[in-house]
Amino acid sequence: MQESILGTNDSWDLVIEPKKNVYSLNLKSIWNYRDLLMLFVRRDFVSVFKQTILGPLWFVIQPLFTTLIYTIVFGNLANLATDGIPQPVFYLSGIILWNYFSECLMKISDTFMVNQALFGKVYFPRMVVPLSIVISTFLKFGVQLLLFICVYLYFFFNGAVAPNVYILLLPLLVVNMAGLGLALGLIVSSLTTKYKDLKFLIQFGVQLAMYASPIVYPLSVVPEKYKLLLVLNPATGVIETFRFALFKAGEFNLFAFGYSFLVMIFLLFVGIIFFNKNEKSFIDTV
Amino acid sequence: MKTVLKLENVSKQYRLGQIGTGTISHDLNRWWASVRGAEDPYALVGGVNDRSRASSDEYVWALKDINLEVKQGEILGVIGKNGAGKSTLLKLLSQVTQPSNGSIKIKGRIASLLEVGTGFHPELTGRENIFLNGTILGMTRKEVKSKLDEIVEFAGVAKYLDTPTKRYSSGMTVRLGFAVAAHLDPEILVVDEVLAVGDIEFQQKAIGKMQDVSREGGRTVLFVSHNMESILNLCPKSILLKNGMIDSMGESSIIIEEYAKQNTSISSGFSPDAIQYQQNGIQLLDFVYGNSAGTLNNSIINGANIVFKAKFKYSNKSANQIYPVIVINDKYNQRISALSSLLLKKKFEVNEGVFTVIWELKDCNLAPSTYLLDLFIVDSVSSNQKLFEANGLVKLQLGDSDFYGSGITNAKRDRIYFPFSVDIV
Repeated sequence: MQESILGTNDSWDLVIEPKKNVYSLNLKSIWNYRDLLMLFVRRDFVSVFKQTILGPLWFVIQPLFTTLIYTIVFGNLANLATDGIPQPVFYLSGIILWNYFSECLMKISDTFMVNQALFGKVYFPRMVVPLSIVISTFLKFGVQLLLFICVYLYFFFNGAVAPNVYILLLPLLVVNMAGLGLALGLIVSSLTTKYKDLKFLIQFGVQLAMYASPIVYPLSVVPEKYKLLLVLNPATGVIETFRFALFKAGEFNLFAFGYSFLVMIFLLFVGIIFFNKNEKSFIDTV
Repeated sequence: MKTVLKLENVSKQYRLGQIGTGTISHDLNRWWASVRGAEDPYALVGGVNDRSRASSDEYVWALKDINLEVKQGEILGVIGKNGAGKSTLLKLLSQVTQPSNGSIKIKGRIASLLEVGTGFHPELTGRENIFLNGTILGMTRKEVKSKLDEIVEFAGVAKYLDTPTKRYSSGMTVRLGFAVAAHLDPEILVVDEVLAVGDIEFQQKAIGKMQDVSREGGRTVLFVSHNMESILNLCPKSILLKNGMIDSMGESSIIIEEYAKQNTSISSGFSPDAIQYQQNGIQLLDFVYGNSAGTLNNSIINGANIVFKAKFKYSNKSANQIYPVIVINDKYNQRISALSSLLLKKKFEVNEGVFTVIWELKDCNLAPSTYLLDLFIVDSVSSNQKLFEANGLVKLQLGDSDFYGSGITNAKRDRIYFPFSVDIV
C-alpha cells in the first residue's frame, strides 16, 4: 500500500497498489501515529498490573531473585570467576541488560500472532507495535536499572567498585541491546506468520543464547578456542563494554563494541525489510 | 460532485487449501521469478470464485477486475452472498491487506469500521479505551479529547466511564465502540455489518448518524449489510457482488430485487415426480393458482382474488383429520401470513384416494413483488405434526394491477396496499 501524493490535476491523497517500497521505514506515517504509540505503551504498562497487589514491584523482584539464584549456583556451587567483581552486581548487570534484549525479542516476535485480530480489522503502521514494545520494555528496564544503581551504590561506597569515563557509553549500549532485540524480533515475527515452527525455536533459543553470551561468566575465563565464537555474538561486545565501564574489569575493545553496533544496524535493516514485506500480506497467510 | 474513491481493475487472489505445506518451494519459485524479473508463476492460475463448484485450481480470485467510482456524499450499499467478495473489498479499502492487481485511489481520509471496539482492552477503563480505540482508528489524542463528551453522550455510558470495559455488558461495549467510530469524521467511511449487534434503538441511532454524516458533512459512506431493510433505508444506490465481480449496480430497490431473484433457486413451477412431494403416504400431484377458479394459469395480479389449488393423493388405509395450510412469505422468506384452515376452525377428513384443496384469497392487496409459498398438511389430532411439508414450493410473481386506479403505486417501497380514502372536511 503506497502512500503518495500525485502532483497531477487528478490528485489523490492515498493510492493503494500491490507494490511498495519495502526499504523505507516510513517514519512520517509512524510519526502521525505517535499518539497511538504512546497509548500502546501505556496500555502495556498499565494493564499488566491491574488487579495485582505489588504492581510494578514485580519488575524488581524477578531480577533480584534471579541474581540470588545465580550467585548461589554459578558463583558458589560452580565457582565461576567474575573478574574480581562482587558477584551480586556482576550477575545483576548481566541480567537486566539481557532481560531487556530477550523481552524485546520475545514480545516483538509475537507481534503478528498476538495482534492478528486487530491487524485484520484496521490499518495503522504496523511498526508502531514493535516500537511500543521497545519503549514499554524500556520502562521496565528503567525500573530495574534503578534497582541496579542502588545495589551498585552500596558496593561503591564500600569501595568495591568504581565507574570510569566509559560510562558515558551507557545510553549507546542500551540502544544497541534494544536494537538487537527489535531487529531479531522483526525478523522472527515476519517469518512466524508463515512458518510457525519458529515460535518454538525462539522460546528455548533465547534461553540457550544467554549461555552463549557472557552473562553468568566474564569473557576472560573463556578458553581461547571458543573465544572467537563468543566474540562473534553481537551481545558480547555490549555486555563486556557495559561491565568495563562500571567495574573497569577486563579491557575496552573498540573493535568488539563497533562490531556489535554494525551488526545491530545490519540486522535492523534486514528486519525492517522483512517486516514491511510481511505487514502487507500477513493477514492472508497467518 | 467529484469522485472521491476510484477502483481500477482491482483484483485479489487467495491461495486455496493448506498454507504451510510446500509453501517454501512456491516461495522460492516466486522469489526466483522476481529475481529474473519474470511474472509471478502462480498469478496466472485460478478460477472464478464460485464456492459451489469444486475447483482444481490452487488459487482463487476473491475479487476480479473491480471498477468502481464513488462520488462525494454518496451512500453506497454493497450486497451479495457470503463469499461474493464483500469483506475482501472492505479489507482492501481499509488497507488491511493489499490488492494483487489494480489500484485504489482515495481522496481524503478513509476510516473503516469492520468491527466496533477494535483494540479495546478489557482491563482498561471506558475512558482509556475511548482514547486507545480512537487513536487506533486514526485520530490524534487531541481530536479524541475534543470529542470525548459527544462520544460519551452518544454511547450513553457516562456513569461507567471509569470502570474497566470487562465489566461492561456486551451491548455497552458495542455502543461505546460505535460512538468512537461515528465521531471519526473521515471523508470516507466504510462500514461493515456492525449494526446488527445493537438493540433497535441503537441501530436507528446509528443509521441516523450515518445519514447525518453524509448529508451534512458531505461524507461518503460505503455500507455492507445483509439486512436489505437497512440498505433500503440508508443507501440510494447499491452494487451487487457475485463471485468476486460486480454483477450489477444501480438504484438500491432494483439491485435488491435482482439479488433476491438470484438467491432463490425455487422455480415457479414444481415437478410432481420429485420424491420430496411424497411424505407419510401423502403425495402432491399438482399445484396451480390463478386470479379466478376458471383461469388457473399460474399468472396473477394483485388487487383481485387469488385461487390456489393443490391436488393430493392419499394412500394410507386409515382416514385422517387434517388442516391444509399455505404460508405466504416475502422474497426474503419472511413470513407474511398463513392461510390455515385451523383459523377457520375447519378440519377435513381424508380417505384413501385423491383429494383437492382449494384456497381462495379475497382481494389480495399485497404489493406486486415475488413471494414464496410453503404448503403444509397438518395433523389435527397430534397437534401441529406436519404430515406433509413443502417449503418454498413455488415462487409466485405477483403482477401490478393499478391497485388505486390512478396509475400510481409505491411498488418499490410498500409491501401492502390498503384500500383507503382521504378527505378534507
